[in-house]
Amino acid sequence: MTAYFLYGVGALFALAPIAVVLAASRAASGIVYIACLLITAVLTALAATYLFGRPVGSAIILPLGLPWLGAHFRIDPLSAFFLIVVNLGGAAASLFALGYGRHEKTPQRVLPFYPAYLAAMNLVVSSDDAFSFLVAWEFMSLTSWALVIAHHKDSDNVRAGYIYLLMASFGTLALLLAFGLLAGSDGHYAFEAIRTAHPSAGLAALVLILTVVGAGSKAGIVPLHAWLPLAHPAAPSHVSALMSGVMTKVAVYGFARIAFDLLGPPDWWWSILVLALGGVTATMGVLYALMQHDLKRLLAYHTVENIGIIFIGLGLALAFKAHSMAFAAALALTAALFHVLNHSVFKSLLFFGAGAVLNATGERDMEHLGGLIHRMPQTAFVFLIGCVAISALPPLNGFVSEWLTFQAILLSPQLPAWGLKFLVPAVGALLALSAALAAACFVKAFGMSFLGRARTPAAANAEETDGNSLAAMYFLAALCLIAGILPGLFIDALAPVSQALVGTGMPHQSGLAWLTIVPVVESRSSYNGLLVFVFVTMSGSIAAFAIHRLASDRIRRGPAWDCGYPDPSPATQYTASSFAQPIRRVYGTSIFHAREVAEMPPPGATSPARLTVELRDLIWDSLYAPIATFVGFATDRLNILQFLTIRRYLTLVFAALVLLLLVLAI
Amino acid sequence: MNFVRDLVFQGAQMLLVLLLSPLLTGFVRKVKARLLRRRGPPLLQPYRDLVRLMRKEVVLAESASWLFRVIPYIVFAGTWVAASLVPTFRGGLLFSWSADLIAIIALLGSARFFLALAGLDVGTSFGGIGSSREVMIASLAEPAMLMIVFTLALIAGATQLSTMAAYMASGAEGLRVSLGLAVIALIMVAIAENARIPIDNPTTHLELTMVHEAMVLEYSGRHLALIDLSSEIKLLLYVSLITCLFTPWGIAVPDADVQALVAGVVSYLGKLAACGVLLAVFETAIAKMRVFRVPAFLGAALMLSLLATLLLFVSGSL
Repeated sequence: MTAYFLYGVGALFALAPIAVVLAASRAASGIVYIACLLITAVLTALAATYLFGRPVGSAIILPLGLPWLGAHFRIDPLSAFFLIVVNLGGAAASLFALGYGRHEKTPQRVLPFYPAYLAAMNLVVSSDDAFSFLVAWEFMSLTSWALVIAHHKDSDNVRAGYIYLLMASFGTLALLLAFGLLAGSDGHYAFEAIRTAHPSAGLAALVLILTVVGAGSKAGIVPLHAWLPLAHPAAPSHVSALMSGVMTKVAVYGFARIAFDLLGPPDWWWSILVLALGGVTATMGVLYALMQHDLKRLLAYHTVENIGIIFIGLGLALAFKAHSMAFAAALALTAALFHVLNHSVFKSLLFFGAGAVLNATGERDMEHLGGLIHRMPQTAFVFLIGCVAISALPPLNGFVSEWLTFQAILLSPQLPAWGLKFLVPAVGALLALSAALAAACFVKAFGMSFLGRARTPAAANAEETDGNSLAAMYFLAALCLIAGILPGLFIDALAPVSQALVGTGMPHQSGLAWLTIVPVVESRSSYNGLLVFVFVTMSGSIAAFAIHRLASDRIRRGPAWDCGYPDPSPATQYTASSFAQPIRRVYGTSIFHAREVAEMPPPGATSPARLTVELRDLIWDSLYAPIATFVGFATDRLNILQFLTIRRYLTLVFAALVLLLLVLAI
Repeated sequence: MNFVRDLVFQGAQMLLVLLLSPLLTGFVRKVKARLLRRRGPPLLQPYRDLVRLMRKEVVLAESASWLFRVIPYIVFAGTWVAASLVPTFRGGLLFSWSADLIAIIALLGSARFFLALAGLDVGTSFGGIGSSREVMIASLAEPAMLMIVFTLALIAGATQLSTMAAYMASGAEGLRVSLGLAVIALIMVAIAENARIPIDNPTTHLELTMVHEAMVLEYSGRHLALIDLSSEIKLLLYVSLITCLFTPWGIAVPDADVQALVAGVVSYLGKLAACGVLLAVFETAIAKMRVFRVPAFLGAALMLSLLATLLLFVSGSL
């Protein structure tokens, strides 16, 4: 089984040089994306058969990497699940790119890195020793960095790439240290050896913190998220979808692998760290998203929110596992992992939609869009499905995973630790708050881009996007619906994963009557997406049929009413900033120090009145800016080192050597 | 046999909420008018309004999209399904297990999501003002509601509404601090969710005071009828929810005989009337708030419900 995967990864790697050779020809993007689509589709099917079949681990050791170690690869239920997420996202992105990639002006800057990026993500998830894991991780960072600066003429993209590279290196450094501590002084880098060696409590705590920093910075945990909303939107849209929908999940995989598998039995206070970070991340992410008017950046910030939700689930699972409540831990873990899959599906869908809009209008700024539902009805329809799904509204999939998370929270009063008794309800409130704000955020995203009247000629003359892009979006929209109305199948597929990580799976769901899901017992809680969907569809259709038959079905078109004063200028509509104004005033005054400055010209003057909104990113100002200032200061001071004579350099080298020998001697 | 009986009662419940909700709204209006020493519209006026609106043609704005025409049906269906799952005169609804209280709240959330989109569809400033304020109010009301659900679920040991109602009716719980906090918070949320005074004014057409009415300003004819009917059903839903959880007296058990069922219906109607009178008195006695005072009001509801949940986490007896 593992061997087939490595063939697939090898094929993806082989595509990269082929793409370099082909890049000049016009057929290049078609060939590369079709090949990527086929390979990832096969890999998805393989991983799915593995997960749904009887999972048995199979390991392979390749003679690569460290000579005494080799490169270990192994597929177990956890990696199989994440392989599905990676390759499903990869397949959808490749299909989308078949249409989208044709508009790419510099394909030679995208095509070679794209298959390599996919291959790297596959490798991270299937590697079974620390060395190959870190190499694949770093390779994933570098290829995605190359894709972020694909459009390097835009100075913003270059800056985003620079910050991304810094943060990625920082994250890898933290993971490197974590694995170093795990491997111990003897250098047992294979996961098999790490698993059997239980580190001491203090060491395990240090490893956990380093993992949260390392994997969390890649996933976008607040306050390590600063690079994410800059880098994700900068890449071409199908790559943005992969970065937001899939790569953040690979980071979640890294966290789950270390925290649940390699570290051994958890301490209860680990969950406090993870839960608190998750709650803050969820709320801050959506509040940031609400303040944006760049469509892709809004989506990127929203990824931060969803990562928070996933980490809340993981934190709960850790808490339950630490108190040996295996059943509740399985529920929380399943909720988190189901949300991993759901988020990768609808976030990819939404980024594809944003990409289609970007292609059709050349705009990412919602203040310049509007009315696209008339020009791009199909894109609007699938984008709307994505918006409903991500806002956690029934009967789509986002609701199911949040519902499961809520059910896990409701089991938590049984936790004996006092710290958790205070923290969990607060985290529950933050989760509820972020769910409600997410709905507001996507009313804004959809309403401003697709509804209303076109605000610019570019939006007024947009054309519907091509068939391949639409096919990819319809495919993901269908998945949103299927996972929403038949969640039992997905929960059952996750059972081996939670069996492996927390010792038990959720009860078998798909045999239950009417495909209901019942996390604990039926009298306690149950949800049936299928029935809710059928009921809503039926009552809506009955109402429509009855009214059209019995009452009236006449329609007359006229100018908008607008209380009797309709204004033909599209500038009189609400904009993205004005839509967010009430929420900005409620939440933003303290969190963003939001200030509105109104400039009113004196009576009689012909200059326009202006309203400017000032927002401050306090995390950036208080955390990143001081570090940047310090680094600048230090480099200025150390600059003299660049202009020394050869004798002084030799003295320095000698002094360093002596120092090292002294350290060794002591 | 039991299945058929339950199916009949579920169907009866669906029709009941549909038919009774305009009456409740008419009743509240009538009581309010009497309190103001007006004679007020007849009790059946909401029905006449609905019928008349349904027969009229729809005047659709030129910039309205297909979504604008579909949304009234989505809003109506979501609200109606949610209301059909809240016990009224008889507990143990047949389809109660298909959606628990969290899902019912989320269904109402779906309805609001689409209604807010409808406000933005035509591209007028009034629609925008309504939508943006509605989502601001919802962003506080929804988490407060979920924390109330948490409180009740922790007490009853279930999020399944029928189980919760049966547990509350069983008399196993006496007075509890957390229940007291939850009922206050729930009433505050219900007022905000139903766009009543002091949050919003359901009768106004003054542009700067309205939220819900601004959102649906462009609707006419049968679309408007459906949206009005949905708001009426939503009011009935919240009244049923409050009464079935906090005043569960008289609700018939699933295998009740005819006498108990009649008692259930009578007590339900009595509770509706009592709540209607209370709502009318409250609305008459208080003035509408400025829109930016609303966050303080709903923030208080959120804090109360969070406090109730915290109490339950800390101690089983509070």
